[in-house]
Amino acid sequence: MGIKRRAFLIGSAVLVGGGAFGIKMADGSAKSRARELTQGDGEHSFASWIKIADDDTVTVYSPHADIGQGSNTGLAQMLADELDADWSKVKVASAPAEPAFANMQLGRAFLPQLTGASEGMIAAMPDSLMSFIARAANLQITGGSSAIRATGQYAMRTVGASTRAALVETAAKRLNVPASELTTADSIVTHAKSGKSLRYGELAAEAAGMSLSDAPKLKTASEFKLIGRPVPRIDIPDKVNGSAKYGIDYAMPGMRIATIMAAPVRGGSLTSVDPAPALAVKGVEKVIKLEKAVAVVATGYWPAIQGLRALSPKFSDGGNAGMSTASIFAAHDQLRKNGKVESKAGDGDVDGALSTSGAKLVEANFQLPFLHHAMMEPFALTAYHKDGKLDIWGGMQDPLATKMEAVKVSGLDADDVTFHPMLIGGSFGRKLPMYVEIVEQVTKLAMQLPYPVKLIWSREEDVQQGAYRPQSSAQLKASLGADGKITGYLNNYAQPETIEGEATFIYDIPVSRRLHQHVSNQTIGSWRSVNSTQHGFYNETFMDELALAAGADPVEFRRKHLKPGSRHLAVLNEAAKRGNWGAPLPAGTGRGIALVESFKTIVAQVIEASVKEDGTPKVHKVTAVVDCGLLVNPVAGEAQIMGGIIMGLSSAIGEAITLDKGAVQQSSFPDYPVLKLADAPEISVFFSPTGDVIGGLGEPGVPPAAPALANALFAATGKRVRNLPILAQAKA
Amino acid sequence: MGVKFQINGASVDVEAEPDTPLLWAIRENVGLTGTKFGCGIAACGACSVHINGEIARSCSVSLGDVAGKSVTTIEGIAKPDGTLHAVQKAWIDKQVPQCGYCQSGQIMAAVALISQSAAPSAAQIDEAITNICRCGTYPRIRSAILAATGQAASALKGDA
Repeated sequence: MGIKRRAFLIGSAVLVGGGAFGIKMADGSAKSRARELTQGDGEHSFASWIKIADDDTVTVYSPHADIGQGSNTGLAQMLADELDADWSKVKVASAPAEPAFANMQLGRAFLPQLTGASEGMIAAMPDSLMSFIARAANLQITGGSSAIRATGQYAMRTVGASTRAALVETAAKRLNVPASELTTADSIVTHAKSGKSLRYGELAAEAAGMSLSDAPKLKTASEFKLIGRPVPRIDIPDKVNGSAKYGIDYAMPGMRIATIMAAPVRGGSLTSVDPAPALAVKGVEKVIKLEKAVAVVATGYWPAIQGLRALSPKFSDGGNAGMSTASIFAAHDQLRKNGKVESKAGDGDVDGALSTSGAKLVEANFQLPFLHHAMMEPFALTAYHKDGKLDIWGGMQDPLATKMEAVKVSGLDADDVTFHPMLIGGSFGRKLPMYVEIVEQVTKLAMQLPYPVKLIWSREEDVQQGAYRPQSSAQLKASLGADGKITGYLNNYAQPETIEGEATFIYDIPVSRRLHQHVSNQTIGSWRSVNSTQHGFYNETFMDELALAAGADPVEFRRKHLKPGSRHLAVLNEAAKRGNWGAPLPAGTGRGIALVESFKTIVAQVIEASVKEDGTPKVHKVTAVVDCGLLVNPVAGEAQIMGGIIMGLSSAIGEAITLDKGAVQQSSFPDYPVLKLADAPEISVFFSPTGDVIGGLGEPGVPPAAPALANALFAATGKRVRNLPILAQAKA
Repeated sequence: MGVKFQINGASVDVEAEPDTPLLWAIRENVGLTGTKFGCGIAACGACSVHINGEIARSCSVSLGDVAGKSVTTIEGIAKPDGTLHAVQKAWIDKQVPQCGYCQSGQIMAAVALISQSAAPSAAQIDEAITNICRCGTYPRIRSAILAATGQAASALKGDA
């Protein structure tokens, strides 16, 4: 597993490399390689992430894939603000998929959970060590809602401020005045006393030769000019006129199109296939057998997919033909019965607390299905192997790791493999290389073809070969004391291990414990907000059940279990106010609330919902209150929360991947229904920052949606929703 | 002997099997890639174009069926001088796209709706816009359509 290997690599790098490096911003070799890759005539690189041209153009290199979250705009805002750059002359480019552009600051977001090191320890690690670790692990990932909170906060702002300092120092020398008398704005250094000024472009060549400070003075919030402003996203104009180029749009002369079918049962291999029926289709040129899949290469996608459909390939089942949705849930229950626990969190004698005499015991069982990402752009990568060099074009969430996977599969030297990052048509965790077989597939095809080949997965292949959010189940138990407060709380859940072990548990309860039963042998991945969706649903639905058992209002009950003065309590109270908690509603409509922290951002949602005549849920209104700390771009941030809410509702209402005889039963949108506009509710998002944290925004909108909806439906109908999706339960 | 039709005002003669879906003829033969592949079964709307002014899902229309017809894609919505269509402008003002992959189709659907109904109601928007957006841009699609038809302010929320 890529994640495990990566965690191990990072862990060992920490042990081996600790303290052996200085505290320069980036070491010399990486910096000169970065220069070599990006610096053109009249351009001057200050660090991997920034160059300034003689004409004042500032280019920011983003090491993140902007998969629609607007992070490239946000990152550029952060750098440009500290630089005092003229925003109209700022451009953003994708960082090359090269080790010199490995994203060192990401470690600060991921290392605590991967290594168990404390956040203070990670924060104190020198940049040079982070850089070494990032390159050792080929880290250029976009995930964990980390772009703004790690890269932006630790890298972009620092680089912007230290570049500004270098420009000011250069201007001071040239004007022969003290640096303290100079001011900067709109890419100009001004000396007010003499009325002289110099453009950044006039200073860049000389300033770029200076050593940048790794601890420049950063702006305070009152000094921000771009951070916190609703700056229009730089990528949007190309996305409304058809000119934006996604991975699937890449084309080059002589290119052929391939499509593929992998073994329907995970772990299976291709045992036999007669290529003749495909070769009989006009335009089909080759049928290529890979170990686990069969590919058809043709002059276009249409002949390729027709050719593939004409085949009757035989696959083995890898011993997994007995697996079904029901057998996985049965295995979960058996694990709970066996009592073997993979990991524990929380503390205290929960069994003792639950069995205290006089305590009121509440118990509930939950089941959640596999979920698919269903990003709109199906997988597509183009690869061309010529003269010992391999080039790959496409959109992936970790360009550097994609390149290194192609290096491994092709057997070529890293210097002979280039990955060219393109726009990504949605991902939500899907296009991470450790879950993606298409890199291996397209590399293998390209290595045996004399022409470029674009491999496109059909939507059916996309749905059936997903890297799903794990199927999960939980048994929750809690005891209530005479004062109506929780005395013991147990979450005994079963699911495979994912990158994120334990979701954040927010309540202040004397004795609580989360037990994790491990289930292996399933194909799983990172689905937007990872484990926080399942645990948000378990905990926040169960809190409602406990409130009912205690005879308390759900908001009042939560208040009693949150620390006074906490950010969580502030968000809950604001949501109750904004969501008109307690105000009358029409008959048949109910209001529900949920509060979840993920990726350091706290989100509460109040949902108003009813049930339609056909028994399906109708969501009328969602009010979200968000504390993400520093908010870089409110208009992009609001979009992330809105989108997260819709994805959360969509999954809760209708989405499920189910298995029968080891194979996925769904194949496209008709049987994997994604919410459409007519069913999207009115959504109001309120940012309510408290404290000086900086949290993510790409994922935290998702987790509260499902439990808030389930709680609203209970308020409307008196029926509890413990298993998702709701539509499958309504039909059952 | 190919299939002749008009695309964005220009005549084209596409050499491909007549049963080829229009989507792939547009993308691979004509070379216009703003029209997207999403599902191939007319379920998602990413491939939406106009055929003789009517909205159509090009993955499920055969090339042979557009012979002699006029096809408009996302690349043909702006005026020849580059002036954006009111819907495209509203899409920028309201900052609608996230990943953007479905937006060509969403815009084509919105333009078709507006050509039928100059001031569509909320119910008409719900009925007309059935394209899937996995990023969840629906609230902004709604407000952009209202803005494009003069039914709502076009200023960006939160802008001073």
